[in-house]
Amino acid sequence: MQDGTLNHPEASRTPALSVERVSHSYGQRKALDEVSFTVPQGSFTALLGPNGAGKSTLFSLITRLFNVRHGAIQILGFDLNDEPGEALRRLGVVFQARTLDLDLSISQNLIYHAALHGLPASAAKKRIGEILATSELHSRLKEKARNLSGGQLRSIEIVRAFMHRPRLILLDEPTVGLDVRSRAAILTEVRRLVRDEGVSVLWATHLIDEIDQDDRVVVLHQGAVRAEGLVQQIVEAERAKSIGDAFTRLTGISTGGLEEVRA
Amino acid sequence: MSDTTLERAGAAPMRRGFPLSAYLICAGGIVWREALRFIHQRERFVSALVRPLLWLFIFAAGFRQVLGVSIIAPYQTYILYEVYIAPGLVGMILLFNGMQSSLSMVYDRETGTMKTLLVSPLPRWFLLVSKLFAGVAVGVVQVYVFFVIAWFWEVQPDWLGYLTALPAILLAGLMLGALGMLLSSLVQQLENFAGVMNFVIFPMYFASSALYPLWRIQESSPLLYTICQFNPFTHAVELIRFALYQRFNGDAFVIVLGCTVLFLAGAIIAYDPARGLISRKRQQ
Repeated sequence: MQDGTLNHPEASRTPALSVERVSHSYGQRKALDEVSFTVPQGSFTALLGPNGAGKSTLFSLITRLFNVRHGAIQILGFDLNDEPGEALRRLGVVFQARTLDLDLSISQNLIYHAALHGLPASAAKKRIGEILATSELHSRLKEKARNLSGGQLRSIEIVRAFMHRPRLILLDEPTVGLDVRSRAAILTEVRRLVRDEGVSVLWATHLIDEIDQDDRVVVLHQGAVRAEGLVQQIVEAERAKSIGDAFTRLTGISTGGLEEVRA
Repeated sequence: MSDTTLERAGAAPMRRGFPLSAYLICAGGIVWREALRFIHQRERFVSALVRPLLWLFIFAAGFRQVLGVSIIAPYQTYILYEVYIAPGLVGMILLFNGMQSSLSMVYDRETGTMKTLLVSPLPRWFLLVSKLFAGVAVGVVQVYVFFVIAWFWEVQPDWLGYLTALPAILLAGLMLGALGMLLSSLVQQLENFAGVMNFVIFPMYFASSALYPLWRIQESSPLLYTICQFNPFTHAVELIRFALYQRFNGDAFVIVLGCTVLFLAGAIIAYDPARGLISRKRQQ
């Protein structure tokens, strides 16, 4: 390794994301309390928690929309407070709320995002071709974003998150508001991109059925981490029958209750 | 996932830092997006032009006989009232454009598109300055289209004046855009923006030298004259007025430059997650 990449944290098995004793309050109300967990490189980690667990607050801190006042967050070894640029360039984000500019075309939205990461339009177009090569959306790149369905908009936001070749992708409840078919398609697409691109993923959700047996899971409830590990490890530790059962034991919330939240 | 997979996917370690080209591409992208939005919002362009043209065609025509304008710098002879208010109307275009950019930032924040900008890895001050320049670039286009129309209405400075006015127009646009940006950090919701119109735009415009020479205001109200002198918009208008006639107004330049730095610094602090008003408001 030479010059700029010397002693680079990415060269080691540094976690893709490290959250250490992070706390955050809104006035007197504590949203996160000493939250610690890691996302290993190349893993698909689900951040599982009901609405109000603190998932979105945590995402706002990891994306530096909020300042980390208590604790530390590192992305590929780069501290978010000390080296925000280095940390953020390795991060791709899909926010819970739609963030595409509906008045611009799909292509323009993606090129704009690439520019914000210092990628020229020519490189952005090549990258769009790579990611959307097999997608039907490739033929609709010149259409305005407002002409797309909710599921298609979400797909484009996911493509956008991958545009600058990040090493870690955050997705904040990306399937909220989508029908079952779109949900499944989005999840499959993200898993494919994770496999093809070799990135790490933190997928926030309150839906048990979005979790695979091979996934890592962080259970967040009332602003605190209740469990962390592979699905099987959590199930065994809780002596539960399934991850849903383990979740109920950890939080006192039935998975039926989660479905009600979704409805 | 194995290391081999990571290598295959081209996930080699990134170099630290950003080359100059990345900054230029980023700034260019922000300007390009602002231009696209402007092109898509044709009514914004039309209304930005109609407003000053109404003042020029109707207000100025009506007041031409009522308000006499004696010979004052930078003019070397008696001038029509239309000629006098033209720099003020240029200021009006820049003022409304600055507030429009600010409104658009509040809208972007409400709809979430602002997050796309703020999670860029480039320094936040650079993103905000680029956004500011993007807004000013749109404003400058509007100003020169206004000049073309006004030329047919007997507002005909020397050709070179259009060139010498450009730096003044840019600086005035930056000051007003930076003020708008600062205001956007203070305004929580889109609905509250009407207050900005009432408490910022109108007082700034009317309590300035845009419509009447300062000596006339001093004659009628010494208090209003003092207020006008403290109003940075007055100095922005005077800077443009002098530059349009190839004259340099040093006092106006220093005041406009100082206000630009002050407003921009305030906006950068307000949008900084470590110190800013925005994150604090949300975190309370």
